[in-house]
Amino acid sequence: MAIAALVPASGQATGGAGAKRRGGWIAAVLLLPGLLYLALFFIVPFVSLLLTSFGINDPEEYGAFYYGFEWQNYVDVIVEYWPQFLRSFWYALLATVFALLISYPIAYFIGVRIRERKMLRNLLLVLVIAPFFISFLLRTLAWKQILSDEGPVVGALQFLGLMGPQDHITGTGFAVVFGLTYNFIPFMTLPLFTSLDRLDKRLIEAGGDLYASPAQTFLRVTFPLSIPGVISGTLLTFIPAAGDYVNASQSFLGGPGTAMIGNVIQSKFLITVNYPQAAALSILLMAVILVFVSFYIRRSGTEDLL
Amino acid sequence: MTAPATPATVPYRVYKPAAGRVGFGRWLLPVYVTIAFVLLLIPIVYTFVFSFNDANRSNISWNGFTFDNWLNVCSQADVCAAFGNSLIVGGVSTLAATALGTAIAIALVRYRFRGRTGVSLLLFMPMATPEVVMGAGLAAQFLTAGINKGLLTIILAHTMFCLSFVVVTVRARVLSLDPALEEAGRDLYASPRAVFWRITFPLLLPGIVAAALLSFSLSFDDFIITYFTSGSVQTFPVYIYVAAQRGIPPQANVIASAVFLIAIIATLVFQVISAQRAKRLDKR
Repeated sequence: MAIAALVPASGQATGGAGAKRRGGWIAAVLLLPGLLYLALFFIVPFVSLLLTSFGINDPEEYGAFYYGFEWQNYVDVIVEYWPQFLRSFWYALLATVFALLISYPIAYFIGVRIRERKMLRNLLLVLVIAPFFISFLLRTLAWKQILSDEGPVVGALQFLGLMGPQDHITGTGFAVVFGLTYNFIPFMTLPLFTSLDRLDKRLIEAGGDLYASPAQTFLRVTFPLSIPGVISGTLLTFIPAAGDYVNASQSFLGGPGTAMIGNVIQSKFLITVNYPQAAALSILLMAVILVFVSFYIRRSGTEDLL
Repeated sequence: MTAPATPATVPYRVYKPAAGRVGFGRWLLPVYVTIAFVLLLIPIVYTFVFSFNDANRSNISWNGFTFDNWLNVCSQADVCAAFGNSLIVGGVSTLAATALGTAIAIALVRYRFRGRTGVSLLLFMPMATPEVVMGAGLAAQFLTAGINKGLLTIILAHTMFCLSFVVVTVRARVLSLDPALEEAGRDLYASPRAVFWRITFPLLLPGIVAAALLSFSLSFDDFIITYFTSGSVQTFPVYIYVAAQRGIPPQANVIASAVFLIAIIATLVFQVISAQRAKRLDKR
């Protein structure tokens, strides 16, 4: 077992806690299999996507293309699909903001308010991750049924006169943002909780002792100290939400006017088999996400990423 | 909040409204959190309740209570087959990702090597890439390489996206490991192999188990990448997506509910055990 060689021979001093040794071949043996795997199944697919995005569709054969250097693909998809692009980022932004507003009090309650009550705390943490344990497609479909025209919510709102008989919830942008927000709340709550759980309660008390109002204490002590959680929660929500195509799909919460960029990529790739255009759209989506991520990396450095 | 003695120089009114709002917040926050949890759990309860619906193909309106769906889960053979595929994919890709990822995590913490930034970036990127992009990339690669999509391509894809999450989880555990324990082992003339298997590995095990569970649940619930790499093979989420257009049989709700119950019970048992262990350690 190569891994056993990791423990240095008894002669070697390890220095203090966390001291790092020069790796040599042991580090290479540990790192290489995994990194090669990622190279083969993350980087190579990306390159393959990039090559495909400049490909030229074969006019003779449906779904076939040959490699080339066709810039026009990018121009075409931007001209044709800019509304879906804008809509994706708009929906993802709304979902991220709503998820943050909903999750922050939950995370604060579990991480700070009831920190000493271990049993209740653990129970609520299990409830936060509970949605992970049940298929997210079924959960989204459950909302579809609850919010459907025959469902209790529409019925109640129509009875109260808040909705007209011709109004719907499902199939609208509201439903899609609702679904995205719901699906990513655990991804927002957990990093927020991790940050707030580490927060020294004495700092909050100190704020009060120095005559800050609770609002001032929150804005000047609690919130700034939870920024790392806010950043990773935002990242974990915004990125998958921008690329999601389940919520906006017409058999889930979406309608004819709610298609996001993920829906376009999926149908181009798997239904109309226009590979170059699907690839160009994917590369563009990735480019926007990379701008977003690099902003984050510049703030916190690469070592903090993991 | 502790109440300090108010110095004479500070007007009383500064302190009082603060204390008043804390009292207001005392019940507002729990009420808010309760409502939020109820909303979060509604779709789970809905899925569970509708697993008992006396419905056939399309499980939309309530027809009456029955245990039949639970007793005859595999009467819808394609649901069961899809569930079986999900278990195979989840199991194999979890094993592969956990082995590869644990090795990387140990190397990252314990060794100095050139190109750390590059390695960190490479590990971070799959977590920062939208699934639809990774799915399209893998599909393009399999297309170019002429590999037929099926169970194998799904497993290859899942191992890739689980790998980074394993590294993150195990790395945290390696960081918390006290090297003095391993030194003590060496001082007592344990062989490097014995030190690894009797000290390092048992101490890392909770992190490795957590990483494996995370991998499995990520793999089991993944739809987007799977849909791009599955071809005609259906995993459980792919089955639901395809069936959503014509109606989902209640058996799908049964499987989802059963998986949910097993996972929740396992989590609670795990928590009780670790709470008791913590208590025992406190006593010592």
